[in-house]
Amino acid sequence: MNMRPDPTFHASPKLAMGAAPENYAFTVMLSPDGSQSDGIAVVDLKPGSDSFGQIVHTVTTPNKGDEFHHFGWNACSASLSPLSGHSFLERRYLIVPGIRSSRIYIIDVKDPLKAHIHKTIEPEEVFEKTGYSRPHTIHCGPEGIYVSTLGGGGKDGTDGPPGIFIMDCETFEIIGRYEMDRGKQDKHYDFWWNLPQDYMVSSEWGLPPQFENGVVPDDLLSNKYGHSIHFWDLRARKNIQTIDLGEHHQMALEIRPAHDPSKSYGFCGVVVDTTNLQGAIFTWWRDDDGVWQAKKTITIDPVPADADDLPELLKGFGAVPPLVTDIDLSLDDKYLYVACWGLGEMHQYDVSDPMNPVLAGKVELGGIVAKHKHTNGKDFAFGPQMVEISRDGKRVYWTNSLYSTWDDQFYPGTEGGQMVMANVGENGGFELDKDFYIDFPTGLRAHQIRLEGGDCSTDSFCYPSV
Amino acid sequence: MIDMTSTTVLTGAVVFSGFYHGINPGMGWPLAVSAALMERKHSALPKALAMLALGHFLAMIGVLLPFTLMSTLIQWENEIRIGAGVLVIAMGVYLLINRKHPKFLARVHPARLALWSFLAAMAHGAGLMLVPIFLGINAASDNAHLSAHTIMGNNIANAFGVAAMHTLAMAAAGALIAVVIYFWLGLKFLSKTWFNLDIVWAISLIVVGLFGIFSVHSGH
Repeated sequence: MNMRPDPTFHASPKLAMGAAPENYAFTVMLSPDGSQSDGIAVVDLKPGSDSFGQIVHTVTTPNKGDEFHHFGWNACSASLSPLSGHSFLERRYLIVPGIRSSRIYIIDVKDPLKAHIHKTIEPEEVFEKTGYSRPHTIHCGPEGIYVSTLGGGGKDGTDGPPGIFIMDCETFEIIGRYEMDRGKQDKHYDFWWNLPQDYMVSSEWGLPPQFENGVVPDDLLSNKYGHSIHFWDLRARKNIQTIDLGEHHQMALEIRPAHDPSKSYGFCGVVVDTTNLQGAIFTWWRDDDGVWQAKKTITIDPVPADADDLPELLKGFGAVPPLVTDIDLSLDDKYLYVACWGLGEMHQYDVSDPMNPVLAGKVELGGIVAKHKHTNGKDFAFGPQMVEISRDGKRVYWTNSLYSTWDDQFYPGTEGGQMVMANVGENGGFELDKDFYIDFPTGLRAHQIRLEGGDCSTDSFCYPSV
Repeated sequence: MIDMTSTTVLTGAVVFSGFYHGINPGMGWPLAVSAALMERKHSALPKALAMLALGHFLAMIGVLLPFTLMSTLIQWENEIRIGAGVLVIAMGVYLLINRKHPKFLARVHPARLALWSFLAAMAHGAGLMLVPIFLGINAASDNAHLSAHTIMGNNIANAFGVAAMHTLAMAAAGALIAVVIYFWLGLKFLSKTWFNLDIVWAISLIVVGLFGIFSVHSGH
């Protein structure tokens, strides 16, 4: 217990932007075939450091086949609200779930160079206490740490719907299920919230049989993946409204609410529109009557391609779909970064007017057909995927793997884990940093990135930026 | 030497404990700053402070009134005061041992500030902290020649007086900090001025409880 709030807790997004820049990044390393242990790579980001842009430490697990994906902090800036009573927690532990094994590691990163496993929660405990499996997104919330899951009970995770469970934020004991009334929610992916306004938004990918062994083309073409977003009364634990984005909007994934808690809107990325292969971003907001609304505000077109250049899965379409697989919003709620994993592009939209986003910048890198090289001349496997923005909004980091089995379908024969950085211009636009290019150890791929002291997809704030 | 059990000193203690509770961010003043910023109007600040004060007042009176009812048992007055002292010490010891924040507080809707303030005060034994002081004031004003009915009436008036005075001091201290941060210093100072008072708070309960027991023996 600290005597003062953790210095990385900031009352408002604006204060977080003005704080000292990040010194380290923590990036998921995963073994796609389970032949090696998964781990967390600690990357040196201190400008001027001799090891800048290099992996300076790794935390490796004693198990294999966990498949690390997303992860998060035990505590964030939301602790500064007296309502939760957690003001003196340390932002010290990363909660890292294996989405294939359902095992959860608590990693102590107080000293990043000596980061180590603090506690392991075995899958049986997750199954027994929650009836859920395949833990995924982590956010520190009002009653502890909230963990979304992708699977329900049973071997293939289809015995009952997936949902969210809560863990104690000090002992990391699993407390139990979150939902009191889940309404129509029967699939799960991401979730995030606005704490003072007391709402949560959750999204849908698909059930475990629809993703664990690769994308199921028949399910996709018959629109059986998730296409709804759910709005919750956060503290009452009730689904208050479900918006169906339209069944052809397959895989509604990342939920990015405006960081300023006085705003009542946010974004959701949709991987693919099965009618035209477009990628899309929806803006969701609460109208004057208190009813949630959603509208498609960005569409990204597919690019025609020769069937010979396409993987088996896409040959029949004669085009590369953008595949919007991750999005991230800068802390000032100004720029939305959109990863087009299929095209090999990272887009930057000015979303100052959330209903009318304007494309402000674009970086080309990798891609199924385009195979854009890095500006330093090196190859980039797959395409831009998990994206993270520095608190000050000046640097954007991303990696390249989507999900082991899906990588192999969309990019057959490709291998490699890479992490790159782009610098953001004063008035928007962004370009790759030639000197920042991390090649992951052989056989390991790279997924989500977390920044020391918090980043744009983990911190929740309880005070507005005025 | 100052008589630690004189009415003047006890009244001072009521006011002091109010300031003490008021400056503690855990009793809610940051929520008033947040409310004013969220609603983008200054008037939300006093409104939120008033709600927090109302909740705190109800928690105080809710704890003090049961002790008022017991005051008809005037022949047991010393035993009651000692028992109350032990109870307050026990709460302090409990808070020292169980350092976990009560989870149910996080379930309260952020806009229901009076309810939250009431529950937060109850969970942290804020009202209990006043009990020994309150019983001391009653003892100082009780007179064996008065009828039980009159004593009861006096003590109820004392309970409201003590709770009101304490809450006023609490609200004033919280308001002062909230206003200074909201209008001048800015949110940056929110985290800078926040100290972990958990242990100090628990010890305060123990000290007040000991004082309650001690004051019985010192002759009042």
